[in-house]
Amino acid sequence: MANARKLRILVAKPGLDGHDRGARVVARAFRDAGFEVVYTGCHQTPEQIVSTAIQEDVDLIGLSILSGAHRYSFPRVIELLKENNAEDISVIGGGIFPMEDIPRLKEAGIKEIFEPGAKLGEIIEWVGTNISPRMDADESGSARVSG
Amino acid sequence: MDIIQQIVSGDVRTIARILRDIDDELPSSRSVLQRLYPHTGKAHVIGFTGSPGVGKSTLVDQIAGFYRKESKTVGILAVDPTSPFTGGAILGDRIRMQRHFLDPGVFIRSLATRGQFGGLSKSTNDMVNVLDAAGKDVILVETVGVGQDEVEIANSAHTTVLVTIPGMGDDIQAIKAGIMEIGNIFVVNKADREGSRKTVRELMNLIEINSRRRNGDDWEPQIVETEAMKGRGIDKLYETIEKHRTFLQATGSEKWREVVEKRTKIQLMGALRDEAFKAVLERIEARGDSIDELVRRIVDRELDPYTAVEQIVDKGLR
Amino acid sequence: MGKQVLSESALDRVEKEHAEWLEEYRKALKKVPERLSRFSTVSDLEIKPLYTPLDIENKDFFDNVGFPGKYPYTRGVQSTMYRARHWTMRMFAGLGNADDTNERFHYLINHGETGLSTAFDFPTLMGYDTASPLARGECGKCGVAIDTLEDMGRLFADINLEEVTTSMTINPPASVMWAMYIANAEKEGYSRKKLGGTIQNDCLKEFIAQKTLMLPPEPSLRLVTDTVEFGTREVPRWNTISISGYHIREAGSTAVQELAFTIYDGITYVEEAVKRGLKVDEFAGRLSFFWNSHIDFFEEIAKMRASRRLWARLMKERFGAQDPRSMLMRFHTQTAGCSLTSQEPYNNVVRTTMEALAAVLGGTQSLHTNSLDEVYMIPSEQAALIALRTQQIIAEESGVTNVIDPLGGAYFIEALTDKMEEEAVAYIRKLDELGGMVAAIERDYPQMEIADAAFHFQQQIDAGEKTVIGVNKYASERPDLEFVLKIDDEIERQQIERTERFKEKRDKAGFQKAMDELRRRCEGPPCWENNVMPALVDAVRAGATEQECCDLYRDVFGTYRDPGTF
Repeated sequence: MANARKLRILVAKPGLDGHDRGARVVARAFRDAGFEVVYTGCHQTPEQIVSTAIQEDVDLIGLSILSGAHRYSFPRVIELLKENNAEDISVIGGGIFPMEDIPRLKEAGIKEIFEPGAKLGEIIEWVGTNISPRMDADESGSARVSG
Repeated sequence: MDIIQQIVSGDVRTIARILRDIDDELPSSRSVLQRLYPHTGKAHVIGFTGSPGVGKSTLVDQIAGFYRKESKTVGILAVDPTSPFTGGAILGDRIRMQRHFLDPGVFIRSLATRGQFGGLSKSTNDMVNVLDAAGKDVILVETVGVGQDEVEIANSAHTTVLVTIPGMGDDIQAIKAGIMEIGNIFVVNKADREGSRKTVRELMNLIEINSRRRNGDDWEPQIVETEAMKGRGIDKLYETIEKHRTFLQATGSEKWREVVEKRTKIQLMGALRDEAFKAVLERIEARGDSIDELVRRIVDRELDPYTAVEQIVDKGLR
Repeated sequence: MGKQVLSESALDRVEKEHAEWLEEYRKALKKVPERLSRFSTVSDLEIKPLYTPLDIENKDFFDNVGFPGKYPYTRGVQSTMYRARHWTMRMFAGLGNADDTNERFHYLINHGETGLSTAFDFPTLMGYDTASPLARGECGKCGVAIDTLEDMGRLFADINLEEVTTSMTINPPASVMWAMYIANAEKEGYSRKKLGGTIQNDCLKEFIAQKTLMLPPEPSLRLVTDTVEFGTREVPRWNTISISGYHIREAGSTAVQELAFTIYDGITYVEEAVKRGLKVDEFAGRLSFFWNSHIDFFEEIAKMRASRRLWARLMKERFGAQDPRSMLMRFHTQTAGCSLTSQEPYNNVVRTTMEALAAVLGGTQSLHTNSLDEVYMIPSEQAALIALRTQQIIAEESGVTNVIDPLGGAYFIEALTDKMEEEAVAYIRKLDELGGMVAAIERDYPQMEIADAAFHFQQQIDAGEKTVIGVNKYASERPDLEFVLKIDDEIERQQIERTERFKEKRDKAGFQKAMDELRRRCEGPPCWENNVMPALVDAVRAGATEQECCDLYRDVFGTYRDPGTF
C-alpha cells in the first residue's frame, strides 16, 4: 500500500540579486507537475542551500541566479554536496550565463542549464526523464551505512 | 552503524531520509519506527496553529532562537498544503527560518499535507517521534492554518499555541465555536496593529467564560501579545511556553502524563482506524469486489448502504 | 471628449457608419478570418479592431487631455516639451571597480550623454562590503562595488558635480550612498545646495518586486522619510525618491499593475512625509517616477500619459496640493530588459528602439536604452554606444520630437489612456481597503498579483499565444558575441584589500563617536533631531563603510524576509 515516491525539489536562489520571477514561475510549474517544491527565497549562500537540501531530502536542486556570481556559487554547491556525501542530489541551473561559462558549469557537475526561452514544459520533461525519486531505504541502506 | 543508532546519534542525512520514507509510507519505515519508539518520550512538543498569514513561521523562527540560546536542540516540522488538483506542493515556510539553516542544533523539515485534513500531514506524529528519538529537546510543529480545521495539532503537541492577529473576526468566531479548548496559549501577533487591544479583550472574555468548565487545578490559558517580525514579545511567549511545561511537569502532578496518555490514546485510535480500514479495503479487493462496484449497486438500489456496510465489516473482520 | 470635437449630429453619423463598417468587417472575416482568436496587449488587455470618437464620447477634452504643461498634464509636464530641450540621455552604467566605472562615465559623456546613472553591484545594493562572506563572487559583476567614501571619490573623479546630474540606483542603503555622495562632493569643493540628481530610494517596490530586502517596511519608510526631510531642507535640487514601476514590470506585472502599485507607493511616501510634519508643497516637487517601457508600443504610451493625469489628480484631490510642481509626474524611463532575448541578440536593438520611441511619445524626462548585450551581462562599450545612438537618432533624426504629444487625440490612445487610469484606480481602491501598501505587502497581495501575471504570461508564451521572435517563433540559437564584457574575478581580492587599508587609516575614536551618534538617532523617535542623514554624512567622513552603517541599521531595526506565498 505504499504511495508512489514523490519527487522533492529544492528551488533556491544563490547570490544577492532578488530577481525571483524565474524561480517563482518554475516553482509553480513544478508544483503543477505534481512535485513537492521546497522554496527558500532569495539571497541564499551555497552552505544554506546544501544544508536545506539534505534536511529536506530532495532529489534535485534547481538554482536560479542572475547576479553573475554563478561561477562561484554553482561549483561551490556541488563541492559542498560532495563534502556531505550527498552527491546523489542532482543540481540544475537557470539564468543567463556567458557562453563560455556553460561548459565550465557542466564540467563542475551541474547536470543541465536552462536559459531564458526554455519552456516550462521542457524543464518538467527534463526532470521527469532524468531525475527519479531516491530509491527506497532497503535498497540504498547499505550505501548509507558506510557513510 | 545501525540505522537506529544513526538516528539516535542525530545523523542528519539518515534522519532526513527516514522522514521521507515515512511520508512516502514505505513498509520498511514501520520497522524503524517500531525500534525507535523506546527512544522517544523526552521532547517537549509545541504546536503552532492559526490562520494563514498570522505569522506562525516567524514566531516559530523566533522561539527556536530562544531555545537555542538555552542550548536546547530544536526540531521544526512545517506543514504546507498539497494542491488538491495536481498533488504537488510549494513548501515555503523555511523562508522565514533562514538564520537557523547553518545551525547544527536546528533541524527543519517542510512537509505537505498530502490529502490529509486537519492542518497536519498524516505522517506528522511519526515524524515527531523520529525527531524525539533523535534527541531534539524541543519540537515545534507549525500547521497549515486552514481556518477552523486545526484541532489535530492538540493531539500531537504537549503545548498548543494558537496564533491570531488583530482584525481577524473569523478567528474569534472559530475560537468561540470550539477550538478554544485546544489553545494553551493565545498569541496576538502584529500587536502594533490597530484593534489589538480589542482582540485581547475578546480572548480574555472567552477564557473567562470557559473558566467555568475548568477544574481548579487546570491550566488557565494565557494571552501573549507579540510583534514577531520585530522580535517583540517573544521573550514573554517563551516564558509562557516554559511555564506551561513546568506546570505539566510539576512534581507530584499527573498533568504531563495525562496529556501524554490523551495524545497516545488519540494517536492509537487513529492508527487503529487507519489500519482496520486498510485491512477491510484489502480484503474487499482480495475477494474480487470493489468499492466502486458497491457504490454502483447502492445507487441502482440493488443494495442499501446499511446492508453493504454490515456485509463488508462482517466479511472483512471475520 | 467626443462632444467637444463633434456635434451631436456628427456623432450620430459616426455611430451609423461604425455599424456599417462593423458589418463589412464581419462579412470580410467570413472569407479570411482574424489571425488570432483574441487580440490583446502584452499585458493581455483585450484590444478592439477599431477605435472611433464613440470610444471617448463621454470624456471632456479639458478634464482629460487639455494642454501640455497644464493640469492634468496628460500631454506632458512642460509647455514646451522636446521643442525646447530633449530628455536627459542617462545611461545606466556601473562595472568592476570605481575606476572602471569612472572611465565608462567619461566615455559616455564624451559621446553625448547628458546625465549620469550609477549601477551598483549586488553587495553594495544589499548593504554589504565586498569582504562579506555573502558577497563571494559578486564584486563588480552587475555594477560597481562601492564600500567607502574613497571609492565614491574615485567613481566621480574629474566630473563636475554641480553641472551634471547623477542618478544612483540604490534602495535600502540609499541614505548611506547619498551621504557618501554629499560628503565626497563637499570634499571636492561643491555645495550641497547645488547638487542635482536622484537616489532611487524606493523601498516599497523592493518588497513588492525586486526583493532587495534589508529592513522591515516601517523602518524602511522611516529612512526614506528622513531623506525626503533632509533633501527638502539641505539639498533642494535633489530628487529624493524615484518611485519605480520598472522592477515591478520586470518581475512580470501587467502595465496596469505597474502603474497602480507604483502610484500607490507614491501615495504612501507622501502620507509618511506629511505625518513627519512636512507640507505637501514643500517636498512633492522633488518626487520623481521611473517607468518601464515594454514592447507593446501603444500600451506603454497610454500608461505614461495616464500616469501623469492620475498623479496630478491624486496630488490635487487626495492631498490638496496647491503648487502645480507638486502635481507633476516627472519620470525616467528604461526600456524593458525582460523583453530582450539572448537568441539573435541584434534584434534587441530593434526592440529597444521601439520601446525608446514609446517612451519619447509618452513624454519621458530621461531615458536609458538597454544595450543589445544587456541580456547576458552589463553592457560592453560597443553595445552601450549603439544604445546611446538609438536615443540620439530618435531625438535628432526621426522628427518625432518636432511636435508635442503627437498621438494626443488619437481615439485608440485616448481610450487606452482612460482604460489604464480606470483600472489603476480600481487597484488603488483595493489597496485602500486592504489598509495601505504596507499591510498589503505583509499579506503578499501585490506580490501575488504580479506572480499570477508572470505565470500567465509564461503560459501564453509556452502555448504560442504570445510571440517572442527567435524564442517561441522562428526559434534560433544563441550566438557567441565577441564583445560580451568580462569582469575579472581578481578585482574582488583587490577591492577587499583596498577597503581593509582604508579602515586601518581611519581615526578610531572619531569613527566610534560618529557611529554612536548614528545609533542614537536610529534608536530615537523619527523627527528632524533624529534624522539619520547629518549623522551619516559625518560617519562616512569618519571612515564608516557602507556595510558598517547598514549593519547598524540591521541591528537597530531588524531584518525582513519575503512572505513567499504562492
